[in-house]
Amino acid sequence: MTSIYQKLDSKIPPGPLAEKWDYYKNQVPLVSANNKRRIDVIVVGTGLAGASAAASLGELGYNVKVFTFHDSPRRAHSIAAQGGINAAKNYRNDGDSVYRLFYDTIKGGDYRAREANVYRLAQVSVNIIDQCVAQGVPFAREYGGLLDNRSFGGTLVSRTFYARGQTGQQLLLGAYQALSRQISLGSVKLYNRHEVLDIVIVDGKCRGVIARNLLTGELERHSAHAVILATGGYSNVFYLSTNAMLCNVTAAWRAHRRGAFFGNPCFTQIHPTCIPVSGDYQSKLTLMSESLRNDGRCWVPKDPADTQKHPNDIPEEARDYFLERRYPAFGNLVPRDIASRAAKAECDAGKGVGPSGLAVYLDFSDAIKRLGRETIAARYGNLFEMYEKITGENPYEVPMRIYPAVHYTMGGLWVDYELMTTIPGLYAAGEANFSDHGANRLGASALMQGLADGYFILPYTIGAYLSKEIRTGPISTDLPEFERTEREVADRIRRLMSIGGNESPESFHRRLGKIMWNKCGMSRNAKGLQEAIEEIRALREEFWRNLYVAGRADEFNPELEKAWRVADFLELGELICRDALHRNESCGGHFREEYQTADGEALRDDENYMYVAAWEWKGEDEQPVLHKEPLVYEEIKVAQRSYK
Amino acid sequence: MKLTLKIWRQGGKYKGEFVTYSLDDINEHMSFLEMLDVLNERLIRQKEEPIAFEHDCREGICGSCSMVINGRPHGPLKGTTTCQLHMRHFRDGDTIVIEPFRAKAFPVIRDLVVDRSAFDRIIQAGGYISVNTGQAPEANSIPIEKEVASRAFDAAACIGCGACVAACPNASAMLFTAAKVSHLALLPQGQVERKRRVLRMVAQMDKEGFGRCSNVRACEAECPKEISVSHIARMNREYLFAAVASETLA
Repeated sequence: MTSIYQKLDSKIPPGPLAEKWDYYKNQVPLVSANNKRRIDVIVVGTGLAGASAAASLGELGYNVKVFTFHDSPRRAHSIAAQGGINAAKNYRNDGDSVYRLFYDTIKGGDYRAREANVYRLAQVSVNIIDQCVAQGVPFAREYGGLLDNRSFGGTLVSRTFYARGQTGQQLLLGAYQALSRQISLGSVKLYNRHEVLDIVIVDGKCRGVIARNLLTGELERHSAHAVILATGGYSNVFYLSTNAMLCNVTAAWRAHRRGAFFGNPCFTQIHPTCIPVSGDYQSKLTLMSESLRNDGRCWVPKDPADTQKHPNDIPEEARDYFLERRYPAFGNLVPRDIASRAAKAECDAGKGVGPSGLAVYLDFSDAIKRLGRETIAARYGNLFEMYEKITGENPYEVPMRIYPAVHYTMGGLWVDYELMTTIPGLYAAGEANFSDHGANRLGASALMQGLADGYFILPYTIGAYLSKEIRTGPISTDLPEFERTEREVADRIRRLMSIGGNESPESFHRRLGKIMWNKCGMSRNAKGLQEAIEEIRALREEFWRNLYVAGRADEFNPELEKAWRVADFLELGELICRDALHRNESCGGHFREEYQTADGEALRDDENYMYVAAWEWKGEDEQPVLHKEPLVYEEIKVAQRSYK
Repeated sequence: MKLTLKIWRQGGKYKGEFVTYSLDDINEHMSFLEMLDVLNERLIRQKEEPIAFEHDCREGICGSCSMVINGRPHGPLKGTTTCQLHMRHFRDGDTIVIEPFRAKAFPVIRDLVVDRSAFDRIIQAGGYISVNTGQAPEANSIPIEKEVASRAFDAAACIGCGACVAACPNASAMLFTAAKVSHLALLPQGQVERKRRVLRMVAQMDKEGFGRCSNVRACEAECPKEISVSHIARMNREYLFAAVASETLA
């Protein structure tokens, strides 16, 4: 395998860590207001990152086109985030600071994130809360009228702002409303029910996209001086995940095939508290917010013989509160990767509960005794209701059954400090990029990063590139590059439609998900990963031989949309396994069974793997090439991560 | 369990008609949409056109699902979206009738999928606070009474699904529009544009072809987020106040 150092320029500004962002902002070239009017920017995706970027760039005066495959920008999956958003406001006076948020994020990410990016994220976190409050986001408040906070996993301070269990919804509606305002003012044009299927590169720069109008099936060419992909993560490569059904990697993957490097694809996050799978028909998994671990206690029976007993019949002394036992300092509030693996270890040891044996209890009976049912209802009422709707069981009476599920992907398109990919003029924001969470994301940090990228980072950094585009003028979509790319997209659609096999896209997706979950899920080993790569290749070959897509290409056709997305997941899956196989260490969400301490904790190898793995596409039958961006820690002393 | 489904088909070879399907071996723990997944998988195996329906998050928050089940938007369970409805609430042998949300302002695209972009245009008409990125004052500089913030939240919880319109005999969008007017009118940040907002949003709502409110309150009964009609009362007050106070009606 080829490895190349130093080819990647992360463009980290000089100077002390705390001054880098200010230094950058003071140096970055600006684009004058009358020139902004002559510059077109395309934003793909309308979640927190996309909607906030499109609105902010529209406010600045750029001509913005924003694309979503949904009927409305408000449906993006950011809407489903429950728990909260972190910010270093230190309203609790409990010792929080920008530095502490930065430190917790780097440590939580198991020392695999870029210092300068994370420090900037912590700095702008405070502005996000101000902005959202000004937009009318109804955050939780105290009786004095000021903003309330709560704790999340992996931190010892209370810095999470929330709006009941629907924080993502309220933040997204804030960004959606800001976007709607720009649409009404004419600075942003909305293309709903449009899916971006490829990017167009002209003379080495990203100059536009090919989008399919999902109502008519027509392919459209759209040009711009810069393109921002804010298309979310790729958890659905596992088929079952907490992501919405339509979340996909397509736009990011097509950009990867056109030259954008893919960073740390194997860094995927498993969320410990999800409702367990109930049967083969299962279409998605539902998350129960991490905030539940503030008051819920995780346990399994000490004796595997007790696992099928009713939990209320198992006496206190026969229960093992395994998180409190193993991690006395953080207890039930350890970070997600650690809680997930601990739950899996108990189930692997035969102590899992429920019909499948793949679940542990999350018990509120102590908290109800201590605080009363009403207080628990006020804190978690909507989550308890959701649990009861899905399972038919009442968590006030019987402990919840939970099991880990894929939830978030830290990996994504490699970007530099300016959030630009390795293709000039192509940016990636929010979950779609790899940048800030290292090998594991802390709770309530995804919302923070999405909005930081869109509201406060891209509007500055994109100017560095666009200031050199003021003489470019309008970009014609009649250029041969647009014509060629459109033809390639049309050919691929024809190919998908004409296979005429027997198996649905959904069925292939489920089969891919099983391979990924079994061999590249919560824990991984070299043998399993090698097998997974072979199995995925075989499945891909079968897909292109035996796929059946109902309907026609020139009409509204959700089956065709699905087929295209699954085809891309079938390629991404292999890259994830390759990345996991090459990273001979355990860190954060990436747990390789060969690399663990005597008591089963992740064993990092800083000497050999303290780098970002950025993969370059070389062709369908070629091996991808690995590039490495070394991670240099100037401010933080790298340590073994301990929550004991 | 065994079920008979009567599903509205429109588009492709169907001009607009109910088609009957029977299903056996449906598990009571399946969600309603998973039951439709099973049916679609069967149709695909038989090389027939699967049923188009809108869905995404499947946890009751994105507002994509848009079907009427046995005459009720989102089905029989109070405060529940279609995706959160499970088959244990039906009985073996039941016949279930499934139609799209029906309203003049929500044209059918295909089968159970309708066009709800009119809702986006109502928000674009004024459902926001005009604050550019970077203009915001420090978040705690304006205290808001806990009770007021909580009421604003109740209104802001709307998921924009359109069940209120589908439930209303007049296909009125009053509850949707009122929820946003109310959310922003309750907060101090929303005061500056208060009058202009309600006038513009109501004008857009009328322009989209939604009907008038005649106090049936079916919207409140069927809203999966249980948004109260008291917000409609607030919007009416806001509108009257704005109309009297303003010289022109937007």
